Amino acid sequence: MNLTLKIWRQKNANDKGKMVEYQISDVSPDMSFLEMLDVLNEDLISKDEEPVAFDHDCREGICGMCSLHINGEPHGPDKGITTCQLHMRKFNDGDTIYIEPFRAKAFPIIKDLVVDRGAFDRIQQSGAYVSVNTSGNTQDANSIPVPKEDADMAFDAATCIGCGACVAACKNSSAMLFVSAKVSQYALLPQGKVEAKQRVQDMVAQMDAEGFGNCSNTGACEAECPKGISLENIARMNRELIKAKTAVKH
Amino acid sequence: MSKSGLFKSSIGRKLAMALSALFLMIFLLQHLVINLTAVISPDTFNELSHFMGTSPLVQFIAQPILIFAVVFHFVMGFVLELKNRSARPVSYTKFNGAANSTWMSRNMILSGLVILAFLVLHFIDFWIPEINTKYIVGDMSGMHHGEYRYYPELLAKFASPIRVVAYIVAFVLLALHLLHGFGSAFQSMGQNNKYIDGLKKFGVIYSIAVPLGFIIIAIVLYVTTLNS
Repeated sequence: MNLTLKIWRQKNANDKGKMVEYQISDVSPDMSFLEMLDVLNEDLISKDEEPVAFDHDCREGICGMCSLHINGEPHGPDKGITTCQLHMRKFNDGDTIYIEPFRAKAFPIIKDLVVDRGAFDRIQQSGAYVSVNTSGNTQDANSIPVPKEDADMAFDAATCIGCGACVAACKNSSAMLFVSAKVSQYALLPQGKVEAKQRVQDMVAQMDAEGFGNCSNTGACEAECPKGISLENIARMNRELIKAKTAVKH
Repeated sequence: MSKSGLFKSSIGRKLAMALSALFLMIFLLQHLVINLTAVISPDTFNELSHFMGTSPLVQFIAQPILIFAVVFHFVMGFVLELKNRSARPVSYTKFNGAANSTWMSRNMILSGLVILAFLVLHFIDFWIPEINTKYIVGDMSGMHHGEYRYYPELLAKFASPIRVVAYIVAFVLLALHLLHGFGSAFQSMGQNNKYIDGLKKFGVIYSIAVPLGFIIIAIVLYVTTLNS
């Protein structure tokens, strides 16, 4: 396959950045999208040009590190996958492919296609944990009964890998799917219920402080999420916050 | 974050939008029912219009609440739109929104602006003359030449085909606004449970039936003016 790539190049956080066009030939349809970029970079290095910086790590759809907004969609034109799981057979010979970083004020660009998703870490740190004593007397988790349905919903929420595709897909750059998955995974389980009220308030406050947009319930996040995190989680987070904010203080 | 300040948070603002929207949707249904009487029984329409126009409960309690809800829904809509736009200072070169969401859901501000423009026209057409007659001229009788003036005034407005077309366009946009807004309001209030599928189906029926009702009324009134 021969392809035209239009890639966002930006030297550093302060650079203005622009789309640059590259031609790439002999791309195998069996390559992953990232392997295709590896080939492009080898070519650029051999020509003494600066390779394209992009995020990647496990390359098996687990770590959430690979990003990229490909042809107008996070992780490209396929559903339920990360970019490392996208294969070149999804494209046709002669195609022009637009490759851009995830765009949000809260995800500043570090270089080229690499963005700083530290905002997600700070949201996690603000409340996505349970306070347990780890002195050696910790109760066995299996001794606490959990209804199967709750356990399943909590597990589904916990499959979020924090990749940021929800923010990238949302017209408002909203992080609500991510935050709601983290809120839900704890709110549904007995261990997390104890601190549920404070957690949701702290995490939503941090989310707002990071500069993410609001939710318009378009559902773009759910459609683009590689792990199929459901919008039901956002409704649960809304419920949890309304409950916590309107609760009578004792 | 303190316990207070629900409406300062992003989620609280969504809730405020949803609650004002629910109120407006109930009002819309009531408005449709009254308007339907205009094409079924002009006498009933006159009676109801006179009651709504002269009842202190409607005029001085319901009407200010309604105006507040309308203004609030629009102002909050604009505030959220500006905040949302600022969350992505550099836009994508290519953004394929159709791949993951509906046009209605991505363009609530556009349909909202059309509805706002319609409301300006609607106020100029009906509300301002009504306020003028009742509270500035001081004529609370609702009569003109020995008959109720409401139905003839309504008919006079719908004699203009341009106005009828403008109303139809606005109601089509209202339908699109509601098609996303109805379900969205319940989601914002945290209602995504076993009832949501039924609610969404009802929402689709409501979102099409109510604007369609207004469109039919506008057309019937126009045809009535042609025949009279």
